[in-house]
This record gives sequence, C-alpha cells and structure tokens, in this order.
Amino acid sequence: MPTTITVNGAPLAVQAEPDTPLLWVLRGELRLTGTKFGCGIAACGVCTVHLDGQPVRACVTPLSTVGTRAVTTIEGLTGPDADALHAAWTALDVVQCGYCQPGQIMSACALLRAKPSPTDADIDAAMSGNLCRCGTYPRVRAAIHRAAEQL
Amino acid sequence: MKRRTFVIRSLLAAGALGIGWTLLPPRGRLGRGDDIPTDDGEQALNGWVKIGTDSTVTILMAKSEMGQGIHTTLAMLLADELDADWSSVRTAMSPIDAIYNNAPAITAALPFRADDDGLMHRTADWLTRKFVREAGEMITGGSTSIADLWLPMREAGASARAMLVAAAATRWKVPASEITVVRGVVTHARTSRRATFGELVTDAATLSVPHDAPLKTPAQFRIIGKPTSRLESSVKQRGTATFGIDVQLPNMLHASVVMCPVLGGTVQSHDAKAALAMPGVRHVTTVAGWNGGTAGIAVIADTPWHAMRAAKAVTVAWDPGAMAGVNTASLMQRLSSALTDGDGFGYHSHGNARNALQQASRRISAEYHAPYLAHAPMEPINCTVLLKNGKATVWASTQIPSVARRAVASALDIDTDDVEIHVQYLGGGFGRRLEVDFIAQAAAIAKVAEGTPVQVLWSREEDVRHDFYRPACVARYDAGFDADGTLVAWTSHSASQSVVSNVMHRYFGLADIPVDRSTLEGAFDQPYDFPAVRAAHTIVSLPVPVGYWRSVGYSHTTFFTESFMDEVAHAVAQDPVAFRLSLLQERPRHAAVLTRVAQLAGWNAPGTVQKDGVRTGRGVALHESYGSVTAQVADVEISADGTLRVTHVWCVIDCGFPVNPTMIRQQLEGGIIFGLSTALHGEITIADGRVVQGNFNDFQVLRQNETPAITVEIMPSDLPPSGVGEPPVPPVAPAVANAIFAATGQRLRTLPLRLTTTS
Repeated sequence: MPTTITVNGAPLAVQAEPDTPLLWVLRGELRLTGTKFGCGIAACGVCTVHLDGQPVRACVTPLSTVGTRAVTTIEGLTGPDADALHAAWTALDVVQCGYCQPGQIMSACALLRAKPSPTDADIDAAMSGNLCRCGTYPRVRAAIHRAAEQL
Repeated sequence: MKRRTFVIRSLLAAGALGIGWTLLPPRGRLGRGDDIPTDDGEQALNGWVKIGTDSTVTILMAKSEMGQGIHTTLAMLLADELDADWSSVRTAMSPIDAIYNNAPAITAALPFRADDDGLMHRTADWLTRKFVREAGEMITGGSTSIADLWLPMREAGASARAMLVAAAATRWKVPASEITVVRGVVTHARTSRRATFGELVTDAATLSVPHDAPLKTPAQFRIIGKPTSRLESSVKQRGTATFGIDVQLPNMLHASVVMCPVLGGTVQSHDAKAALAMPGVRHVTTVAGWNGGTAGIAVIADTPWHAMRAAKAVTVAWDPGAMAGVNTASLMQRLSSALTDGDGFGYHSHGNARNALQQASRRISAEYHAPYLAHAPMEPINCTVLLKNGKATVWASTQIPSVARRAVASALDIDTDDVEIHVQYLGGGFGRRLEVDFIAQAAAIAKVAEGTPVQVLWSREEDVRHDFYRPACVARYDAGFDADGTLVAWTSHSASQSVVSNVMHRYFGLADIPVDRSTLEGAFDQPYDFPAVRAAHTIVSLPVPVGYWRSVGYSHTTFFTESFMDEVAHAVAQDPVAFRLSLLQERPRHAAVLTRVAQLAGWNAPGTVQKDGVRTGRGVALHESYGSVTAQVADVEISADGTLRVTHVWCVIDCGFPVNPTMIRQQLEGGIIFGLSTALHGEITIADGRVVQGNFNDFQVLRQNETPAITVEIMPSDLPPSGVGEPPVPPVAPAVANAIFAATGQRLRTLPLRLTTTS
C-alpha cells in the first residue's frame, strides 16, 4: 500500500515498505540522488534532509515516521538563506570531492534558520556530525559566517 | 640485490603489462582526436580538446576528479594556450588511449632519491618512461597529474589555437602572424575582421595537427597561475553532480554484498531461502574474491534497500582461510622481530654509519609504530555494470580506468575492446579507488542479471573491513654523537609489508618484488646532510591486503624521521628549527620553506607554557615528497584533564610553479586535516583475521569541532610544477607529536598519538 509523503513541496505516493529508511525512498524510488549514502547509522551526516525544517539523518529515519512532515532535500532547498549559503560556498571555494557537501549545506541551513548569527561554538555543535574526508571544515565554517553576514 | 638488477627487473615488470602501444614522442601525445565522441557541430582538434560551432570548448580529462580540482587545473593549462574564453570551457572524461597514460606515476616509484642525478637513475627513468608509455596505464595518483600533463595540455591548447588561426588566415587571405586571439575571438586588426572559435572550427578541423606550435612564456599566462574556482562547484553543492553511486539507468537493479568477515576467506555454503522470499529480491549469488578482494555473497534486488536488507538475511558458512587467528599483536610482533633478524636492505647510505654509530661517544635510539589504516572515502564503494551481447559497459568512480577495463574483461572472459568504462566523479579516492576489486566483483555480479544494468553498493562496514590498508610499520632509529655532542651518525631500519608488491600482484599477477621504494620513502630520501647515514628496510610478507593510501610510505615514515629529528635536536639541546637548518646548508629550497614557516608561525623556542593547568606546546616538521617541499608548525593545548587539542597549524609548500593557487590551498588545508585524522584517531586493528572497526563510530576521522586554525602559504617558484595532493599529509603527525613533547615532555612514538597520563 503506497504511502504519501511531501517532498520538496509536492505530495508523492511511494511504494516502499514502511520500515524503509527515508534515504532509500529518496534515492531508490524518487531518484533524488542529491541526498547521499555514507554510513547507514547516522554517523556521518551526508544524508541530512529537513523534516519540517529540522535536520535529520535520512538513513535512520523510517518512512513510517515521516507522516505529514514536509521533507526537504538539497534539490528543494530554497530561500534567501539557501541562496546566501550557496553564494558563500562558491565565493570561498568550499567544495572538494563534493560528496558530503549537500549534507553540509542542509545542516548549515538548518543552523542559520535556528541561529541567524551563529557563533563558532554554534557551528561546532551543529556541524560536527557532518564528516568530510577532504577536509573542507575551515571553509565550511567561514562560509556559514559569511552567509550569516550577508543575510 | 644490486640496484642494477632491480632496475632491469622493474623494466621487465613494466614490459609484462604488455599492451603494446607504439612509443610516443612528447608531442606525439597530441593525438588526432578521431576516437573522441563528438556531438553535432562539435569538432575535435586533437586528443584533448573539441570545440562546438557555438564556441563551447570541451577539454578532455585523462584524470579522475576526486576533489583535488584536477579538472579545473588541467582545463586552465589548455585554455590558456588556446586563448579560450574561460566561461565557455567545459570538461569531459577522455576515452582510454595511450596518449593519456601517466609516466611520472611509475618513474617516481623507482628506488632513487629525488636528488640522485646519477647515470643509473637517469637511464632507469628514461627507459621506464618509454616502457610505461608503451605498456601504459591511465592512472590518477601519486600526486603526478600536473607533472604528467603540464606540457601535453599546454601543447594541445597551443596546437588547437594554431589550427584556428590557420583557418582564419586562409579564409581572410592574410598572414597568420598578423592574427591575434583573445578570449575565444580570433581577430585580424588591419582588416577589421573577427571570428569566434565556433565560426572557424569546422575549417580548422580539416587541417593537419601542428606539433610545433610555440608555448607561452609565464609572463604571457592569462589563466595559468591565477586563483581559479572549481568548475564543478555548483553541481556538487546542489547535489546534481553524478558520482558513481548516482548513476541511474533504465531498469537498473541493485546489489548488496556481504564478504567473508575474515580477510581472504571464502564461502563454504550459504542458504538464501529467507532472502529470496523477501520483497524485491531477484537473485542471490556467491561471488569470488576478485583482484585481491574477499569472496562473499551478493543479493540482487529492485532497490538498494531491498538488496541491503535481504543481504543480511542470507545465512553463510564461511571458510576463514589463512587469516584465521591473525591479530594485530601477532602482526606487530612479526614486524618488530624483522628489525632484529637482520639489518635490512640499505636504500641509501653515505659514510660508514654503522661504524660511526659504534664509535660514537653517545647514542640515542627510538622505536616507532604506525598502525594499519583504512581509506574510508565518503562515497562508499560502488560500481555499475551492464553486460549485454558479450559487451560490458561500466560506470565507476575509479582512479585507474585502464586496469579496471582489463579486470572486467578478465572477470567476464571477454576482450578488453568489449569493455567501455565511464569514469564518474569520485566521492574521495585517497588510493582506495586505485584498486579494481570492486569493479571486477560488480562485473561478475552483473553477469547473473545479464542484459540488465546492476549497481553494486557496499555498506560502510564492508568498505572499512575489506579495504587495502595503509601498512602497519615499525622502525628503529639510532643517532650517534661525538664527545663534543656533534651528530656523527644517523641510521634507520623499518619493517613493513610492500604496497607495490601487493598492488602489482593484484593488477598484473606479478610475483613479489624484493625492493620497494615506497616502504621507506620519507626515511631514505630526505634532504638532511648527515655526516654518515644509512636508511634500510625489511619487507615482511603478511597476509593483510595493503594498498596505496594518500602519501603512501611518507604517511608514516615522515612521522618517524621528523619525530626522531626532534629527539636528536633535544639531545644536543638545540632549537628544532635551528638544528634542522644546520643540516640544510646545501639545500636552499628546503631551508627557505622551513625558515618561512617559522616566520609565519612566529616560531620561538618551544617549551611548556602552563596557565590554569593548561599546557601548550609547539612543534615543527619538514619533508620533501612528490617533488614538493613542505614544512608545518603545529600548536597544541592540553587541558588539565589531559584532553589534547591541536589549535593551529601553519603550512608552507614549495610545489614549483603554482598553476592554480586556489586548488593548492584547498589541498594544503585538506591534507592537514586528513593527516590530523591519522595523527589523532586513525587505527585499524585485526582480531582473528577480522577488521575490528566498521564505521565512522569506531573508525574516527577529524570533525569540525576538532579542526584547528590553519594558515597556508605557497612559495613563489619558476620550477616545473610538482605534487600537492599528498605532500601536506605527512608532516602533521610529527609536528603535533613534537608539540606534545614540548608541552608535556612525553615523547609519543606510536600513532595514533595518545597521551599516557594526564599529569
């Protein structure tokens, strides 16, 4: 029996079983591959999406728990804060391999919405679950500060 | 074994790769572009660039983009010589062809110091380049991409520009010498005529490819050397870039694998009944260990989740094989014993160091340990294969497409010409994607569902537990001093597995090699002028699969060498920077880098500073690798409860002419953070043949909250460009260890660095 969820503003009927992690509904069924798979145990943050604006790890979020909450993925992330983050990311040349970057930006956007002028401690708290093997951390931090200033 | 014998053997090994390309002279790498796929209205002017009638310039990439920014930087080289409009530049992966093969990646592996300009080295280098070009591998690794393509990309740009100019000269009936090209527009000023690349390319493509087009002087560079942003930044930020894992094909099935938890083990029997009854499951199959990998079972299903869930439901009886009972302690004991069983193969000696050491009035010695390490790139291992009508099409994040192609052909028993490889963006490589185990495995799995594409995706646990690890290493260092306290002898002897032996066996089925430069690079090839020195290594054969890991031997030997250098400086009560400089009097390039990093950090005599129970310390390290010289200073802070924090790292590099300062700075920052993961956290341990760690909860990597302030600087240089992807990694661990000693008096000789007491 299909489940209806709202993804990036559109209500969608999905066939996946209720225990399927949201990550695999997005990637496997809806072909929204901007949300990445990294660990499967909420230990790396590359699968970060928003549920009603709150950052969650999609790899450990069963479809059955999504309910009526609005799912936002990197493909559907819009608004002045998202634009400011993308602009800052580009201006400060944050990206390297890029695999973790959608997750970094999803976490950063949720942070800015909760704390429009985050301190370094706020960034540590909000971003330390988003791993990056290339080592983009200093630029991620600088880009969040820059986006906050631009907003 | 004599060096001469080794050289001949290595050349035989290269010859055994046996593809048989004809020898290409330097400009012979231009190619004609006939084999490059083109869209309507697009013309290839050589093997590296095609131009559309809309003036879009598409530059062909022989290197994999794995975060190092190589696509942007290679495009800059060609676009500058072409005088292209940078905003019209695109990149596309090249096909597999001899012109794209990488020579420095192989010649750099010869067992010579970088400063060895002897006849033997030059001969070996020349011969190997010849063989490599003929035998040929398309490879992204060894921090060699720019060294390999610095000239070919520029020559390709200059040659294509000459063709466009010649086409304009013919059309306008004016001398080519009067024509100028600026940002994609070709102009003849005297007759006020102009044309875009797109308007000329059809004519230009009919001309022969010139091999003598002049190159620009550095003063004429308009793009090269300028900080330039990554071309694919936006698509990666927005999640629309296609990594291997993101490949989508019609009717594609998904496979999940479970391999024997004991490395190298096999499947004795399996029961797939429960798995086959689960929704979405199509097939359950056993899969052999390909190219050094471990055997296991695979579940093919409709979606990744169906495959993953069902894979856990397959009951397997494993045959653990030779690794059963092996654990970290026994492996490390084998390495330690090797240090006392003999004195190793001497890769570098000067003076009679052993005598000098025996006769020294005073000696110090130290033993260092480094663990096995996993690569753990953020994009888990995956590969997509379609086998249809005897031909295989492969979509993969790989650093080595030519070897991957042969591995697939071999796994499917088809001709290499019937295998097509589409290289995708790599979500990190670090050497893991120089292996082809997962690619051959995917081909074998896809054969079960012939006619339908299958995407094989490993769990993170399979990735961490079935990697090809940075080898563990144990080393003993000795130094002797005369009665005045002057250093008179320096010796090192290390023991580890040979990465090159392991890899050559997996790539080509070659037998073990007796000498491997990578085992003690960082120990035998460093710039210091010692009165007497001997650097030796003993290769120990152990059953753990080992592979190239970002900065390879340097990743641990630099920790040993630069930690011991600090111990020696302290033994003679000298400042660590001043002491190093005293051994670099004939090495102005190294001395300049060290001096500059000391200035940048405001180096002062590092000692313990205590305030409110917090101790701080500062350490330094210098090394040369991949043609570049790198020095770093690290500051650490140890709180009253013993918590260690690295607070600031300064890094200076001399990497020759800096082609793209933006990407170099990214690599320096990222390399420092990669090195800090190793210095502070990284460790793979083995119990009963199984890797204990499995995911980022127990194989920890550095996080945002642990990241220090980082200051980097690139030395100006007119030397040819050298590596930057790996050089910043190795100096971090010794700089931090030396800082910890300065702060606490504790000399940590084992990675990862762990303070033993809090007092």
